[in-house]
Amino acid sequence: MIPARAGTFGLSAPGVLLALFGFASLLAPFMTLAANRIVEGKGLTAWQLAGPEVIYPGLLSIIIGLILGLFSSWPRVRLAGAVLGLAGLFWLLSQSAPQLLQGAGEYARVSPGLGFWCLLAVLILLMADALTQLSPRPMTRLGLLLTIVTVLFILLGSGALSDLSIMKEYASRQGAFYNAALRHLGLAFGSLAAATVIGIPLGILCYHHAGLRRIALPILSFLQTIPSLAMFGIMIPLLGWIASTVPAAKAIGIAGVGFAPAFLALLLYSLLPVVANMVSGLQSAPESVRDAARGMGMTLMQRLFRVELPLGLPVILAGLRIALVQNIGLAVIAGLIGGGGFGTFVFQGLNQTATDLILLGALPTVALALTAAIVMDVLVEVTQPSQSAQHTQGMPRKPS
Amino acid sequence: MKKNAIKWSTIVRVLLVVLLISLVVMPTWFSWAFQPFAPEKGPIIYERASLLSLSLSHLGLVALASIVATLVAVSLAILVTRPLGTAFLPLSRTITNMGQTFPPVAVLALAVPALGFGTGPTLVALFLYGLLPIFENAITGFSTLPPATMEAARGLGLSRWQRLIRVEIPLALPVILTGVRLSVVIALGTATIGSTVAAKTLGEVIIAGLLTNNTAYVLQGGLIVGLFAVLIYDALVQLEGLLLARYSISND
Amino acid sequence: MIEIDKISKLYDGVAAVDEVSMTVDTATITVIVGTSGSGKTTLLRMINRLVEPTSGEVRINGKSTHSVSKTDLRRRIGYAIQGHGLFPHYTVARNIAIVPTLLGWSSEKIDDRVDELLSLFALEPDQYRDRFPAELSGGQLQRVGVARALASRPDLLLMDEPFGALDPIIRAQAQIDLRRIQQTLGSTIMLVTHDMEEAMQLGDRVAVMDQGRLVQYGTPAEIIQNPATEFVANMVGGVDRSLRLLSLFPVSEFVEDGSAEGESVEANTSLRDALSICLWTGRDALPVVQDGSLLGRVTLDAIRKRAAIS
Repeated sequence: MIPARAGTFGLSAPGVLLALFGFASLLAPFMTLAANRIVEGKGLTAWQLAGPEVIYPGLLSIIIGLILGLFSSWPRVRLAGAVLGLAGLFWLLSQSAPQLLQGAGEYARVSPGLGFWCLLAVLILLMADALTQLSPRPMTRLGLLLTIVTVLFILLGSGALSDLSIMKEYASRQGAFYNAALRHLGLAFGSLAAATVIGIPLGILCYHHAGLRRIALPILSFLQTIPSLAMFGIMIPLLGWIASTVPAAKAIGIAGVGFAPAFLALLLYSLLPVVANMVSGLQSAPESVRDAARGMGMTLMQRLFRVELPLGLPVILAGLRIALVQNIGLAVIAGLIGGGGFGTFVFQGLNQTATDLILLGALPTVALALTAAIVMDVLVEVTQPSQSAQHTQGMPRKPS
Repeated sequence: MKKNAIKWSTIVRVLLVVLLISLVVMPTWFSWAFQPFAPEKGPIIYERASLLSLSLSHLGLVALASIVATLVAVSLAILVTRPLGTAFLPLSRTITNMGQTFPPVAVLALAVPALGFGTGPTLVALFLYGLLPIFENAITGFSTLPPATMEAARGLGLSRWQRLIRVEIPLALPVILTGVRLSVVIALGTATIGSTVAAKTLGEVIIAGLLTNNTAYVLQGGLIVGLFAVLIYDALVQLEGLLLARYSISND
Repeated sequence: MIEIDKISKLYDGVAAVDEVSMTVDTATITVIVGTSGSGKTTLLRMINRLVEPTSGEVRINGKSTHSVSKTDLRRRIGYAIQGHGLFPHYTVARNIAIVPTLLGWSSEKIDDRVDELLSLFALEPDQYRDRFPAELSGGQLQRVGVARALASRPDLLLMDEPFGALDPIIRAQAQIDLRRIQQTLGSTIMLVTHDMEEAMQLGDRVAVMDQGRLVQYGTPAEIIQNPATEFVANMVGGVDRSLRLLSLFPVSEFVEDGSAEGESVEANTSLRDALSICLWTGRDALPVVQDGSLLGRVTLDAIRKRAAIS
């Protein structure tokens, strides 16, 4: 990868592109100031935000950060540049918000604007590009992620951002937010757990019986194809019927709307990645190895636990990764059928045309999905037998 | 044995297509089936907009977004797999990897603050999200061409442009098509949710059902969207199979 | 002693192995040789029941292989295959220890056995014990594969193209090694190969298979002197080597008086080309011409003789 980026004068081509885009974004409104939470705000560029004591340090770190990102042969400097830029970005955001709100009226709201979001994306991409260049070991990546998450929590907890509109939305629904978060995690991880409990034995059966495999896998991929809203919708009458005919089902909380149909829909969607990757994981042991294992007199179970599962683990985990990331995203739809989760805020926000409420639902979902993806990727890589260069097999991921 | 299997799947396909068309064009034929799910004395068949026009608008949205996404994504993939663009390859991989962990619903929801409500933002969201799987697959397709074939193409004196048009694109086509299929399936689903941001799609029927507690609507909308998705997915799979079969014969 | 008694394997009514009977003496190497599809691998795999015979029976030291469970049977029979089949996630030592572990040996006994085998295969135990297969060369992998198959001191060692993945240069050394080790340990080995030279070199006895049938079974000398069928003769003839030799000689050196029918060949045509013309056109002799005048003829017999001398 490194020779590819040795541009002229040691300039990194992606770095140049990102810097250009970053500088252009500085011209876009960095924040918006609105009279209340519903109306459209007025855009303010970075230098209109506050006094020079706030603007200069902020702008300077962003500009220096972008420039540091240009040097292709110094990935560490590029990484530092990205961190510096991000610091400047959040400095501007946190310092200018209270100044903007002063005298703007009781219901006034400030929000990050297009410029902020673009710069955020540019700097994150710069960071990712520098990290790709450095190709850190899995554990280092995990450490980095942990650092970023910690910094983010400190930033949010410190109250430095509490003047932002989205944080006000949060403040007025703190309880609901935690419930939604718990429900979202419960839906995503719970359905994944159920899919694992069903999918792993099913995958093992499919691996051993070609006939079952030929029936089960196409059915599961067709299930995967059904648009989520339709799937969630179809679950409603189905579970409603079960609840009304089986009293015991109703007693344990199965009902037409709410958690149960969302859970079941997510479970059905996760089965394909779990089962398909289970099968290809088990098949990933080389033919000669499987033959040798049989020839040495290993029983079916011994072969499974000592050979096929350990060798297939990375592929099997990759399946769980796809299912988990997919579930986190799809759990948003649960908000439409009363299943709770962050989707509740997204759809409430869409109803009220309250942008920040939409963000309050969407941003944590995105953050959760990214975190889950990074953690699972690390897991996949760690279980990769370092000796043999196997690569993970991706399964088509599920849509929406 | 095999002949029978082909016949069976064809019969099932034809039946599903007929069912789908009649559900869309003559929904009242199915009143009896949806009756038990409708609230007492409530409407059974969705009539605020014709199911046909919703279907056409839904499919049109998906088709437009997917066609534009395919053109853009394949062009970008061609760019980053040329010597000039290789510097951008790692970055573009990072973007596609990160981008695909973004839930499509979130992309749709985030398009609203940026672009407002309606069909426009939905189209943009479908397009943006649709780029990723096509781009990813196109890169794979262009970077895993058989080296012997490429060497032969150079040896035969084909120019860069000729190699691209006559060799690389046709050979990468099945892989690209897989990406297009993924992208279309995602778009069909996301467009359904698009009706929460006021796009005119079949999702409207389901949402209306959810809002008025009319399960008959939910079931109708769900059934039609589900059938469209499954049939379109199946058609694209068949198309890929056809292409692959043709290549493997011509390679012999 | 291993007795194979009228063993057959049918796939969809077609015999992959057709009523093969043979007896293998203890402490010998028996090589089963044949072209691909001759049924040689199926025959081998029926001995440890990786393939279940349709009919017939295999007895090891008088006991039917069906009198014990498949897994017990296989643990008593060593098995080494082409491409070694080492577990990539196990170290060398753990790979060798697989069957002893399955048999419940104590760990000291296993460790001793691993070191003993590594030394026997000229792999310094301290250096190789903890390596992973991916860190070994092709020749080392093959040796570890055989060591693993011998780990539990099996009554019988089955080898399926064990040298197939090796470089020709290492292959010769590997064959010599196997011979040495077999003599040291007194093992009974049944080995499958498609390479007649390998069969001749390694086998105390050689079994030639063709289309599922055992066409000849004897010592290498018997097979060379009295090939039972044309097929065996062809295989023994070292077809490749003599063809290469034939291409060195022009027909002019083998012209004899007499006439022959059909199109003539030039005097500088190689014997190899002449042979192929004979076989292609189905003639026993070809007229030979030089500068437009007839020199005589070259016969198929003469070409064959030349090939045989080599």
